[in-house]
Amino acid sequence: MGIFRKESWNFGLLAILALLFLLTKFVQPNYGMRGIEGLAQAALPFAFAAAAQAIVVIAGGIDLSIGSMMAVTSVAAAVLMEGSTEVAAIWITLFVLVLGAAMGALNGLLIVVTRVPDIVVTLAMLFVWEGVALMILKAPGGGASEWLMGLPIGSVDLPGIPEGATAFLPKSLLLLVVCVAIVWVPLRQSRIGLQIYATGSSEEAAYRTGVPVRRSKVAAYAVAGLFAAMGGLVLTASTGIGAPIPGPYLLASVAAVVLGGVVLGGGRGGLVGPIIAVFILRLVRTILTFLSVDPNVTTIIEGTIMVAVVMVGGVLALRARRRKAA
Amino acid sequence: MTDVAAVGGATRVKRFLGEYPVVSLLLLLAALVVVLEFMRPGIVNERWIANTIKFAIPLAMLASCQTLTMLTGGIDLSVGTIATISSFVMATQVPISGPTAAVFIAIAPAVVLGLVNGFGVGVCRVHPLIMTLGTGLIGIGCLQVYQRFVIATGSEIPGFLAWLGTGRYGTLPHSLLLFVPFAAAVIFMLRRTGFGRLLYALGENENASRLAGVREWQVYLALYALSGLIAGLSGLLYLGLIKAPSLSLVEPRLLPAVAAAVIGGTSIFGGRGTYSGTIVGAFILTVLTTMLTVMQIPEGTRRLLFGAIILAVAAAYLRLTEDG
Repeated sequence: MGIFRKESWNFGLLAILALLFLLTKFVQPNYGMRGIEGLAQAALPFAFAAAAQAIVVIAGGIDLSIGSMMAVTSVAAAVLMEGSTEVAAIWITLFVLVLGAAMGALNGLLIVVTRVPDIVVTLAMLFVWEGVALMILKAPGGGASEWLMGLPIGSVDLPGIPEGATAFLPKSLLLLVVCVAIVWVPLRQSRIGLQIYATGSSEEAAYRTGVPVRRSKVAAYAVAGLFAAMGGLVLTASTGIGAPIPGPYLLASVAAVVLGGVVLGGGRGGLVGPIIAVFILRLVRTILTFLSVDPNVTTIIEGTIMVAVVMVGGVLALRARRRKAA
Repeated sequence: MTDVAAVGGATRVKRFLGEYPVVSLLLLLAALVVVLEFMRPGIVNERWIANTIKFAIPLAMLASCQTLTMLTGGIDLSVGTIATISSFVMATQVPISGPTAAVFIAIAPAVVLGLVNGFGVGVCRVHPLIMTLGTGLIGIGCLQVYQRFVIATGSEIPGFLAWLGTGRYGTLPHSLLLFVPFAAAVIFMLRRTGFGRLLYALGENENASRLAGVREWQVYLALYALSGLIAGLSGLLYLGLIKAPSLSLVEPRLLPAVAAAVIGGTSIFGGRGTYSGTIVGAFILTVLTTMLTVMQIPEGTRRLLFGAIILAVAAAYLRLTEDG
């Protein structure tokens, strides 16, 4: 029972997701594997953005520059990969990932060194990274290597296993799970992961019990930069070019983080919730498209859902506090 | 920085600047103007000054929303959308309902969105950042839907808004007629009225204020409604200034407005800040933008420098007021 109580928010999200899938099937009876594949592909950059935002929020901060960092990594990859060999492309991918982590670490360092609030520093860095992206590439362009573009497309086929057994699993979903797990699982188990949670929970208390607060903050921002780089690479992979103007990833990442049960202010939540939340938000969009709702109305509905959820969440939290006080 | 030479005089200067931070901001502004004149001799003339004031005023109004909400430890990220809605509704309603009615029709959604923000923040205790991002999203969706209903009737900018937004009398743009009373009212409200004190009190310590009998939800409701109203008004001013209604007219000014408040010394954690500082902050940003344009550096470098300078000023300001 323990796991149910501990992960109740995530199970709730999964239940909502399942309901939404049923609803999709009801609205569009021939929605199937191809639809899920498309959904996973569309959700991919959003999921990485949400993962990046989540880890920063867990550490007690917020990163407004995630969209811009995705733009920088996306154009960097596109410019370097244009006309490069397949082998070189692997090195470029690694380089871009390191670049992302370095950009994130710089965000964190600036916050720690200047002692200016996170939101102000990352607001300033939003302009800085946007500028860097434009300096690298003025207009959408560049190229992407074949294998990178193939990475999120189609379904998984493993050698030796009949195609039917794995056809239900979109490659992009596997890519997402593997990429997030490679970073998150070891981090969550490690000392530094615990320190990130401690810092977010109460910076003062963490500092007094000997947690290197500054280091864990920088680490959280660096990991966020790494996830943002993955998001940028995925963007380049899906379009084949790099775009220097960031998409709507900032707002979407904050929405997903809140829906995903990560408390603004830090210390609570994980990466699974926000990623499920991304899929929920994307699926709502899919359903509304199938219902041939005007895309602008879809924006209104998405916003309303987000606001309603956080309002209900706020009232529930308030009630719980009152009961505890009474 | 003055603290390099740790002699008595320098310490005194630093203490003075720490006590009156607006002075150091004014010095920075003056320095920027001097550098600009040095870079492009003759640029600082009557026309340039009028233009700078013209563009700084609506920005300072948008930034006042940030200052007011930041004083309570909040932020209002919906003001860009709200101002855009007001300006667009205004321009499109003039041919339908006439200019006077259009003003009221244009301001109404601004106040409504502000009230929704206030309800979410004050009653449901949602984090202001999330709440205002959410209402901004809803607002922009509504605006796009609204656009399709008025696409046939076209848009028109009433004469009085154009007069207010772009007209000038020597170095004095007409928009000062709106802005001077507005700024005086905001400063008076923050310094002399109970409501202003409540904002500082809530930002300083919300629990203590609540225990002292402040009904915080009423304050938040009034605060965010006021913020929406101001954003709507500045939207009208932007319409008169830029004269090209669009679905993203004021949207790009949101982050500079936040930056103006931050540069002007408003603490994002609440309890500290003045509107006079914010006004100077808006001027600094406007002069800075001209400067980066004059230098003819590419767009990318310009944004990079803009961000770096915001960060540098915010950090310097923190040092100055903290240790002074």
